[in-house]
Amino acid sequence: MLLNQFLILGALLFCMGVYGVLTRKNAVMVLLSIELILNSVNINLLAFDAMTGNSDGNVFALFIIAVAAAEVGVGLAMVLLIFRNRKNISLDDLSEMKG
Amino acid sequence: MVLASDIQVAQNVGFAIIALTMIIAGVGVIAARNVVHAALSLVVVMAGAAANYVLLSAEFVAVTQVLVYIGAVMVLFLFGVMLTRAQVGKDAEVNNKNAVVAAPVALLLFGVLAYVLLKGFSDDKIAATTGNGAKPQDTAAISDLIFKPYLLPFWALSFVLLAAVIGAIVLARKD
Repeated sequence: MLLNQFLILGALLFCMGVYGVLTRKNAVMVLLSIELILNSVNINLLAFDAMTGNSDGNVFALFIIAVAAAEVGVGLAMVLLIFRNRKNISLDDLSEMKG
Repeated sequence: MVLASDIQVAQNVGFAIIALTMIIAGVGVIAARNVVHAALSLVVVMAGAAANYVLLSAEFVAVTQVLVYIGAVMVLFLFGVMLTRAQVGKDAEVNNKNAVVAAPVALLLFGVLAYVLLKGFSDDKIAATTGNGAKPQDTAAISDLIFKPYLLPFWALSFVLLAAVIGAIVLARKD
């Protein structure tokens, strides 16, 4: 297998995630797109790990999975808080800090 | 020189199927109008990623991906969707006006990334892991790495998780 087939797949998923983050209105959908980005990074790490042969990439991927779980927990708690205060989770309406 | 044994037809066919499934499901994540459909498409993407990890002989990470992502994170997402459902269901416009800018940005980013990758890693190969016992000590090697050289980051990560748990409770609790 070529290294590039995994890297290109990761790049494609990453760009999909970037598009989703930029276009989605719903905060939960933005978090879903962020998960897409994190998964693409993990594919890259494990592809390089399989190329080099040591297991460092596996450790990094496990760390990223743990950080992603923490991120989703806090992110969804924030979305819940926003929903409770404003009765919707549209990110475009959250413009209090706009200068 | 490319030998016939280097091509690994079975792995490449498997990769093609997995990659195609992941790309279709990924388009589902960013194009679905319903949040639940997007979340369920993300399950397919994550399962495909786990299959890719198995293909890359990273079994432990693949199992962790299934347990943590498909098991825990998706349940969390579905709870989040459920608890914030009121406005989401019949909102006609799920995307904002940025799509006109975001599509060229994403395409340009992919073009640059693909160019750099194809130029930089044009014929780097992943070592064949066929045959029995290619990397038999893999999970043991991971645990050796986590608990020896990466012990301090591991502790830091434990504190990050603890802080995230407490922070999520503080943010989400009603008082």
